[in-house]
Amino acid sequence: MQADTLSGGFAAPPVEAAHAFRAIMRVMARPGTIEDVAGATPPAPLSVAAGTVLLTLCDPETPVYLAGTADCAGVRDWITFHTGAPLVTRAEAMFAIGTWEALMPLDDYAVGTSEYPDRSATLIVEMERLEATGARLTGPGIADTAALSLPESAAFQANARQFPLGLDFLFTCGDRLAALPRTTRVEAS
Amino acid sequence: MTDYNFAYLDEQTKRMIRRAILKGLAIPGYQVPFASREMPMPYGWGTGGVQVSAACLTPDDTFKVIDQGADDTTNAVSIRKFFEKTAGVATTEETARASLIQTRHRIPEEALSQDQILVYQVPIPEPLRFLEPSELETRKMHSLEEYGLMHVKLYEDISQHGAIATAYAYPVKVEGRYVMDPSPIPKFDNPKLGMAAIQLFGAGREQRIYALPPYTQVVSLDFEDHPFEPSKADYDCDLCGASDSYLDEVIVDDAGGRMFVCSDTDYCRSRRAAGHVGAQGAPYEEGAA
Repeated sequence: MQADTLSGGFAAPPVEAAHAFRAIMRVMARPGTIEDVAGATPPAPLSVAAGTVLLTLCDPETPVYLAGTADCAGVRDWITFHTGAPLVTRAEAMFAIGTWEALMPLDDYAVGTSEYPDRSATLIVEMERLEATGARLTGPGIADTAALSLPESAAFQANARQFPLGLDFLFTCGDRLAALPRTTRVEAS
Repeated sequence: MTDYNFAYLDEQTKRMIRRAILKGLAIPGYQVPFASREMPMPYGWGTGGVQVSAACLTPDDTFKVIDQGADDTTNAVSIRKFFEKTAGVATTEETARASLIQTRHRIPEEALSQDQILVYQVPIPEPLRFLEPSELETRKMHSLEEYGLMHVKLYEDISQHGAIATAYAYPVKVEGRYVMDPSPIPKFDNPKLGMAAIQLFGAGREQRIYALPPYTQVVSLDFEDHPFEPSKADYDCDLCGASDSYLDEVIVDDAGGRMFVCSDTDYCRSRRAAGHVGAQGAPYEEGAA
């Protein structure tokens, strides 16, 4: 275990987690908005935002899947030490983290059941850039329309068609955070 | 405050509640099960709302609590003091100054902004519960979108009373999918449910959390020939003269004397402070009861 495994957590967990959760809740309630989050400094290749989301939402009750380059010893040790979350395959995961390419295909993740649609995975997508431009978004949480630089449109349209089942997405880039719940209707710009 | 974790609950409990809130926002109107904790107050006193508030509060928040619209009733005062003590947050009675409002059975008269959060205390979250006592059955009915029973209930109201007799906890359909109980708010408040603020519903005893993101489509159930009508007592407030606010009827003597006053105490106070005087009102004095 490396020394940096032990560092990079919240300095004041109750307060930093509270601020981070408010940001996560705001972006999930208002698809397309982008918020800054801070608190965690996870090992590469995880972003500050992704690390902060993991520390805020994950614990021994939430199986996590690491996709692609995120599945490295440094990240595995860091998540295990700071959250205690079990690291699992994509079918068992409540949270999955990685780049869009690494997280694909989406078919294997839990989308919930018709009686318990909440038993579905949340995907944390690490992005090269995250801006309020691009695909046009409408739906709950959006007064008129919103826009977000999504990696593609077709996958999110297919996901929304499964409603009330489906996956929910958090997008992270540096210390920036956005979200796309299953209810949002996506049109390519 | 050093005797408690911030906002009373331990961090693992807050994470569990926070995950439920996020899934609730992603599936508007769907009741997410959560592992409700024992709180230092009895069930029925807002344990669900208190747990949701505890999971959402930050030290920067300004917190307001209302009970049937009033800031000064036992339940509201107790919960406000609880978070003053355990979270050290600022509190207010002014709707516009609050960043997080916990409510029992009312929506404030003043329109909420997108920076505010409204947390409802919910006694029975399941809108179908009084029609179908089995949780297994109601869960199946939600999954199959089988809401005929609710329409039969509303129809029976019309055949018996000539109108839909449900006056509070009036069922709504969210985004054309889930039928939801908006908690026992008067149906007068139903049209406000599509507001700009985030709305979270917590039912402690029943262990359910549900949510409405801003601007969610919320439709009160009705029939084409019996459309939904929000209603209130057909009077003006006797203290502030407001004709647009929801009113409480107050019995004032043994001889049948009564007055109607705003149920939203902050709305009434701010109107009287602005110089409005109702039929039985006295001019407003700062600090006077």
